[in-house]
This record gives sequence, structure tokens and C-alpha cells, in this order.
Amino acid sequence: MEPILTKYVREPNSFTLDFYLKHQGYDGLKKTLGMKPNDVIELVKASGLRGRGGAGFPTGLKWQFVDKKAEPRYIACNADESEPGTFKDHVLMERNPHLLFEGCLIGCWAIGAKVAYIYIRGEFFHVQRILEAELANAYKQGYVGKNILGTGFDCDIVIHRGAGAYEAGEETALIESLEGKRAQPRIKPPFPAVAGLYNKPTAVNNVETLCNLPAIVMNGAEWFTSLGPEKNGGPKLFCVSGHVKKPGVFEASMKTTLRELIFDYAGGIRDGHKLKAVIPGGSSVPILLPDQLDIPASFDDVQKAGSMLGSAGIIVMDETTCMVWAARNLLYFYKHESCGKCTPCREGGDWLYKILTRIDSGEGEMRDIDLLVSVGNNIAGKTLCAFGDAAATPALTTVKHFRAEFEAHVREGRCTVPSDWRASRTPVGAH
Amino acid sequence: MSFHPLMVYDPARFQKSERSRLDEGQPFEFTRERRAILDDMLTKYPSDQKRSAVLGALYLVQEQEGYLTASGMRHVAGILDMTPAEVEDVATYYVMFFKERVGKYVLQVCRTLSCALGGAERVTEALSDKLGIKVGETDPSGMFTLLEFECLGACDRAPVVMVNNELWHEKATPESCSKLVDDIKARGGAAVSGCHLNVEK
Repeated sequence: MEPILTKYVREPNSFTLDFYLKHQGYDGLKKTLGMKPNDVIELVKASGLRGRGGAGFPTGLKWQFVDKKAEPRYIACNADESEPGTFKDHVLMERNPHLLFEGCLIGCWAIGAKVAYIYIRGEFFHVQRILEAELANAYKQGYVGKNILGTGFDCDIVIHRGAGAYEAGEETALIESLEGKRAQPRIKPPFPAVAGLYNKPTAVNNVETLCNLPAIVMNGAEWFTSLGPEKNGGPKLFCVSGHVKKPGVFEASMKTTLRELIFDYAGGIRDGHKLKAVIPGGSSVPILLPDQLDIPASFDDVQKAGSMLGSAGIIVMDETTCMVWAARNLLYFYKHESCGKCTPCREGGDWLYKILTRIDSGEGEMRDIDLLVSVGNNIAGKTLCAFGDAAATPALTTVKHFRAEFEAHVREGRCTVPSDWRASRTPVGAH
Repeated sequence: MSFHPLMVYDPARFQKSERSRLDEGQPFEFTRERRAILDDMLTKYPSDQKRSAVLGALYLVQEQEGYLTASGMRHVAGILDMTPAEVEDVATYYVMFFKERVGKYVLQVCRTLSCALGGAERVTEALSDKLGIKVGETDPSGMFTLLEFECLGACDRAPVVMVNNELWHEKATPESCSKLVDDIKARGGAAVSGCHLNVEK
């Protein structure tokens, strides 16, 4: 498939307004401003565009739910890309920022918003600088701001810098953070579509989701659906990292299989090693084994295989990866990033990390393995947001598929998986 | 005495809050330039939602002082109509705000799975040995602080080291990081290579 979102990202100056305008830039916006807002929503619904942030919820439906009676309304663009293994929005924003601005404006027109807040993670400051400079250019040339392209449509875009919190990627936590509070999730309902930012109707959309809008407006819903399997239309960005020869962001149809993404696009496993396990959708989803990879990398097919496409962050591990260590590495992440609002996640994540540390360092007992499963099952589904499920997953999925490795750790009192990239002492320390 | 049969009375262990006191710091007021930046920031949010600018304001305090001081937070609270406790509540949640004095260059090594698979542990170990400090510490000269950070979102260039919350050093190795420390000593932040996505240079 010919890339659509990332076609020009490797070309010099692809991020500039001039370059963008030379390549049909803002044509989608022009066409949108000639349509009725409701027709835009119907078009996006017909395209079947699903949210690219992780949940895969239909974007058109999300917009339809936005309460059109209350004023003002907002778009909050989720650019807090923090899911381990995910780095697609990074490329889009750094190399194609006007595509995101255009997507934001189309979204604002559709739901009748006058402001779009782009919440970008604090660590992407080098990206933010480019966004800010290009946004200033777009304002100057009348693509953003008052009376856009002479149509009388006013719309502002504001870039808001986060400060290092994974949880800010959850939509209600993102809204809390935008309001100047700790990034902790809210109880739903009410959903953001009814009471979001400043208690006003808000649509929270991922960067990649918004970036798909100009092409949908220009080429139509049928074209978009034809690009992928049923209900999984459009181009998709896949991030492949870990033990592959050519890690990177690849744009492909969701008809592409996971095996093709790993072995063709990313060049396969590094020389002399063989594939052991794949996390297909960011660290929060269950592991797939090497014999489960011949499925299309679509939301529905990956779910059928027992995992999730999530944010399409494909983490590849070869035989030098100890699965107890991998689970411990991820649980350190989750215990550190837990916002602390719900007890099962705040306490349970810490417990899981402590048990995994015990087993990893050879001090575990056999009953610790079942204890992991028990604690994990008491976190999943028992928290306000999906973080709880995400935190339990690395422990549950590794025990499910690699129980023998856990038992070997307990039996031998040490790790038996030789690796050429780990340190002699695991330097997990303070932040 | 004990209030609970299973809990030994031990003031050193149980009856002490773990909350650390903030460093008071110097008396604080924004420089005129930074105050202008903050005032401009406030125009981006509804006039009754000044609080939305708190993260931006705290970044400005950190830029001015090197870290967040109690007096800096009180100053922010006054401008944004928040209580000092509300500002502290926010400041202590986010990892990119330093609550104590840090070195001139803060080295933040990504430690999450993809970077770890690429050898981040060895990078941290090498930096720790080179600087003679543990993770979380500042070297005696006050030049470097070594931290571990969670996924920085550049897993295809693992392992990644971020410097001072903004500069990027990608595909780090123990050797390249040892050199990085020397280069920063000689040339400052300009020594950090930057993000590979920038193809213009």
C-alpha cells in the first residue's frame, strides 16, 4: 500500500507549510468547510475510522455523542504518546505537523468546537518546538485562527505541554491534566462527550486518528474502507521495536499480517537468533507466540487471537529474553506510573512488582507463581480506567505462556536465560 | 505502648510521614520575560481557568531556579489563584519536575522494555560507573544527575537518553555514553546528537 500519512516524512522540510501546501495540504479543510458539520460526522461514520490510540472506538460515533446543545465544545487531541513500544505519533507530529492541524480543524468543524487543545507529552519538547513554529505559520497564512480561509469559521489550536505521566494518556485523566490537576481518571459516566474539559462536551482523539481525516474527506468513505479488512479500514501506522534488524514506524493496511510486519517490514529477527514472543499492541496487551503471527494486524483479528492491536506498538523479543525479567521490567513501569487513585492498581501493581522481583532474583517460592495470578486477577477489571487491566497483563500473560520459566527461576534460584544485552546487576533505581 | 497488637510502637518506622519537605529555596519572583511568557500562556485558556497554565508555570520556575522550590510554587499559586497545597499536589505528581537541586545536566535513561531489550541496563551501568554515582544521585561537582525514565517514545532508536527534559541522544551504547559525558563537559548541550527524525541537518 502506498503510504498516505507518512508518504513524505523522510524528505527534507516535509514539516513546513510550503511543502505541505505543495502536496495538497489543507485541501481537505477547504472541502470540509463547504460541507454541513453533520455530513462530516456521517462521512466519518461511514468510513468506519476507528480510534488509533488503543481502544479502536469508532470516531464518527464518538463525535455523534458530543452534546451539540452545550457551548463551548472542545477537541482534545491526545498526543501523550506514552505506551511502551509506541512511537508513531512522534513521527507524524515531527515530520507532518500540518496534517495534524488540518485534522484538528476538520474535527472542530464537525462537532462545532472553536478550540482544539493538543496535549503533547513533556518529553517531546523537540517535537513541540516544531509544532509551535509551524502553528504560527498556519496562523499567519489564515489556516488557523479567525475567519479561516475567509469562510467566517473561527478556530484556535493550543499546544499544551504535559510533564511526564503515562496516565495522562487516558482520556479523562488527560482532561484533568489540561485543567491543571493531577492526571487521574474520572468516573464515567458522564463521558467526555457530555461533560469533558471544563465540564463542557469534549471529543478526545488520538493524533493518528485526526491525521486520517483529510484523506477521508478528499477520497470518501468507500475508498477508506477498501484499504483494510472489514471494519478495519484505512492506513495504519505500526511501530516495530525490540530484537528486529530494522525497527521503525511502518505504514500499512491492516490486511498485512503480523509476520509480514516483523519479517518483511522490520527485516526479521537479528542475526543468529530466533523469535520467542511478540507483544502486538503496546506493553499493555497479552503476548502472542511465534505460531500465532499469521493473522492480519487488525483490531478484530488480533483480538480474536487473544490479544489486542492497542496502539500497534509491536515489541519483538528473541530467545535471549527472560520472560520473568520482561514482566518485572514492565511491572516496574506500571507501579511507577499508577496514578494512585484506585487501590487495586496502586497497591496491586506494587505487589506484583515485589513478587516478580523475588522470583527474578531467585528468592521466590513455587506458590509465588499462583500468587501473581491471584493478585493480577484482583486488579484487572476492578479499577476506574483500563490501567488496572494493563498493569496486570504483563504478569498474567507471561505466567500463562512461560510458566516453566518461572518454575525454573524458583528451582534454580537464578535466571537461566543467557543474554548479551543485560547488565550484570539490574539497575532499577530511583526516578 | 502500641495502639495495635501486631504493630510494635516504633516512632522511627511507623509514626512518621513519608512526605518529604519541599526545599524553601531563594525568595522567588518570575523575571519580567518569564512573567510575560506566562501571561501569554494564560490567554490560551478561558479566563476563569487560569489553573490550566500550572504545568507551564512550573516549567518556568524550574527553568529559572533549576528545580521547584517552595517559594517558587507559592509565587505560582498567587498568580493562578490556587493554594500552595494545590500547586504542590500537581508538582509532585509529574516526573519531569525536580523537587530537589539537580546537576546542570540531568541524564535520563529510558529503562522500559524496548530500550532495555536494546541494552539500556548496560548504558545505565556505564554512566553510573563513569560518573561514580548511583541512579537518582548527583555527582559531587554538581554537573550531572543520573536518572532512569519510563518509555520516551522512540523505541526504534533504543536505547534513548534524554538530557535536561529535552535533548535526545539515541542508539546509546556504554561507549557512546561515556563519550557523551566527556563531550557535554567540553561543549555543553550542543554535544547531544538530537532526534534522528530531523533529516534537515
